[in-house]
Amino acid sequence: MEKPFAITLDVGSSLANRTGSWRTFKPEYLDRLPPCNAACPAGENIQGWLFHAEGGDYEKAWRALTENNPLPAIMGRVCYHPCEGACNRQQVDESVGINSVERFLGDEAIKRGWKFDPPAERTGKRVLVVGAGPSGLSAAYQLARMGHEVEIHEAGPLAGGMMRFGIPKYRLPREVIDAEVRRILDLGVVLKLDTKVSNIADSMKVGGFDAAFLAVGAHIGKRAYIPAGDATKIVDAVSVLRSMEGEEKPMLGRRVVIYGGGNTAIDVARTAKRLGAAEALIVYRRTREKMPAHDFEVEEALQEGVMIKWLSTIKQAGEGTITVEKMALDDKGFPQPTGEFETLEADSVVLALGQDVDLSLLQGVPGLEITDGVVRVGSNMMTGHPGIFAGGDMVPSERTVTVAVGHGKKAARNIDAWLRGTAYDPPPKHEVATFDRLNPWYYADAPKTVRPMLNIIRRQSTFEEVQGGLDENNALFEARRCLSCGNCFECDNCYGVCPDNAVIKLGPGKRFKFNYDYCKGCGVCVAECPCGAIRMVPEEI
Amino acid sequence: MSFQPVKFYQTGTFTVGNRLLPAEERSVQASAKRFNSLNSGHRACQGCGEALGARYAIDAAMEATHGQLICANATGCLEVFSTPYPETSWQVPWIHSLFGNTAAVATGIAAALKVKRLKGADRDVRVVAQGGDGGTTDIGFGCLSGMFERNDDVLYICYDNGGYMNTGIQRSSATPPAARTATTMAVGPEPGNVFGQGKFLPAIAVAHEIPYVATATVADLRDLEGKVRRAMEIRGARYIHILVPCPLGWGTASHETIQIARLAKETGLFPVFEAEHGELTSSLKIRKQVPVEEYLRPQKRYAHLFGKQPKVDVIARLQALADRNIRRYGLLDFDQ
Repeated sequence: MEKPFAITLDVGSSLANRTGSWRTFKPEYLDRLPPCNAACPAGENIQGWLFHAEGGDYEKAWRALTENNPLPAIMGRVCYHPCEGACNRQQVDESVGINSVERFLGDEAIKRGWKFDPPAERTGKRVLVVGAGPSGLSAAYQLARMGHEVEIHEAGPLAGGMMRFGIPKYRLPREVIDAEVRRILDLGVVLKLDTKVSNIADSMKVGGFDAAFLAVGAHIGKRAYIPAGDATKIVDAVSVLRSMEGEEKPMLGRRVVIYGGGNTAIDVARTAKRLGAAEALIVYRRTREKMPAHDFEVEEALQEGVMIKWLSTIKQAGEGTITVEKMALDDKGFPQPTGEFETLEADSVVLALGQDVDLSLLQGVPGLEITDGVVRVGSNMMTGHPGIFAGGDMVPSERTVTVAVGHGKKAARNIDAWLRGTAYDPPPKHEVATFDRLNPWYYADAPKTVRPMLNIIRRQSTFEEVQGGLDENNALFEARRCLSCGNCFECDNCYGVCPDNAVIKLGPGKRFKFNYDYCKGCGVCVAECPCGAIRMVPEEI
Repeated sequence: MSFQPVKFYQTGTFTVGNRLLPAEERSVQASAKRFNSLNSGHRACQGCGEALGARYAIDAAMEATHGQLICANATGCLEVFSTPYPETSWQVPWIHSLFGNTAAVATGIAAALKVKRLKGADRDVRVVAQGGDGGTTDIGFGCLSGMFERNDDVLYICYDNGGYMNTGIQRSSATPPAARTATTMAVGPEPGNVFGQGKFLPAIAVAHEIPYVATATVADLRDLEGKVRRAMEIRGARYIHILVPCPLGWGTASHETIQIARLAKETGLFPVFEAEHGELTSSLKIRKQVPVEEYLRPQKRYAHLFGKQPKVDVIARLQALADRNIRRYGLLDFDQ
């Protein structure tokens, strides 16, 4: 080819020079698992629904949320939000108020009357769900969406389980439960109230069910032996909280002593205060640090005038008085008696020492295994008896509403697979987007939005909801505090910072791709990606 | 400040764009239709700060002039890697001058355009001259100073990587103290480039009292684009000095380019400010102040400061320079 003197290349643009051949490492887009999602017991895709909320598309956000959890308005009130404890934003300023945005979305859905999409097709299989608590409702919802016919048998007079009969109104207004339950029933789920299943095998045979999910919860208050005279009123926490839902409010007297250190103890103490007790005193055998109740609940109770006696056990209950013994922690942190006694005035003693499961419905079912008062299940939530699954408080796990919802979803997926004669194979989890994967420089400082609290006088005398919600403005602000850990949110950084213009912008919602013809593999895009959604991998040679 | 920060708490002020921002609030670089004035296929090293800075600046100038722009380019890395004859990466009318005369060439182009306008040409074509720190602070200084004092209608952009990088990393008058180059080796009683020499050209440009002088780094894109836009609003001599890290010459990993530029600004070693007619008008505040050590340690050109016995006295002298910049240019925002 004839070229002018000293010219070896064709005249033209440098695009002929494919600098991608220099590369030894190449960048690759990926999704990492945000720590909030990894921490959520209900398996919510939190970053995923916040992404839509950030754009102001609350309905889409709610639909993404309810893929995994049908009870966002409840969850936004009672969940202990382990997601916020895992949030990477804590290391920038404060965690994102995920729980408050969830509540906002849940309330918005109730206000706007958003409905779940009905299933595309029906399978004709029938599933019995025993118990209309969070776990049973979650399973029923998921199974109904998969096209199965679901019937819930609930022993109590109303749906909700412990959410209704265990969590006080001031934390969870009953209209919220009613609205979220109704929405699940609208999917075609049949709810039979006051229907106690006394023998699961019989109930399944009679109703022609192909599988069953047991979620009866743990409703029997644990007792402790306290020598007591006839005149002393000793009741258990579960029955106190349950009777709050009935016509006759419990009579606890002016001085109420609550024995125990869990969230239930706190709930009873705060309830007693609202019922007009002059004194609500929690007696707990260990220290505040060792108390299983959540710290914010302890704090709220103290604000409302609840008193707590640490390092004490109740030795005896007499007429109008109790005797407590002081305890001291030993080297291993266990409380040991000291022999020092004290007498306190008490009109009633409420035992909040945990709950047991009523397992009578399982009598005569072969293959079931029961340890420590709870039912053993496999990793697929199936009991030892094929076709009978169990979840919630009646299986070994942490007893929270969120865990129960997670059990329900997981069981539903496995029941669905079992009914189709296959096994549910969960998709592999992405690696976690830890804080060191992020480039926090790009996130502006923005403190968490504080939710309004009811004033203290009303908190001591009424059952109005203590914690308020966010409005649309601050919910949007809060959603936008999300760092979007591990998942591209289209900030254009990779596209902008590439010295070789080797990133192609695919347009809104379509993210980006690399032009490997020119990418030299410098890695600037990886270093400057705020959310850690790009990685470098060795080039195959 | 040269740009209005976007108060948007996911990311908005600091990232290139954001899907939730209206298009007019995004940077020029966020646009799928940006000019890509310096196109792919150029021969700059991996992670080149100068290639990045040049595209940022010229794309912004193209945007501000609606594509009516002519560039004169001094000899140097930028010219060598972008235009090995007969191939070019430039997508703008572009002329290669000698090493030292690019300011004069740009002056000539501006004069020719003025004459054309006087003769009735209706297109308003603007002129940018650009070069590295060698072609600007050393070899082209005379021509540049002349362009300033005559107040010719040219925007001169200097991409400062602190040395003659494409000829083998020799010292320039913009090489910082203590930095090792091929001509200031890390040997002898005062290893690396000596203290008390060299010059900070932005301050000299301010002393010419020209209409507009600004500094910027490749780590603050919105600030950089804002300054180019501001410069194009003004007639007369304008000067923008952009810090562009050089992975090869500074001895940093190719992915650290923007991070190093950010540290130069956050330590105060490189003051980011703007001045009009000889007076300081604004400075880009330090967001998270860090000691100079954090900027120096990742760079191999300063490795001799961090041997078995770290040279704390030299590091302290560099810290004093940073502190002086912070005072001189008001780099800390005490209201924050």
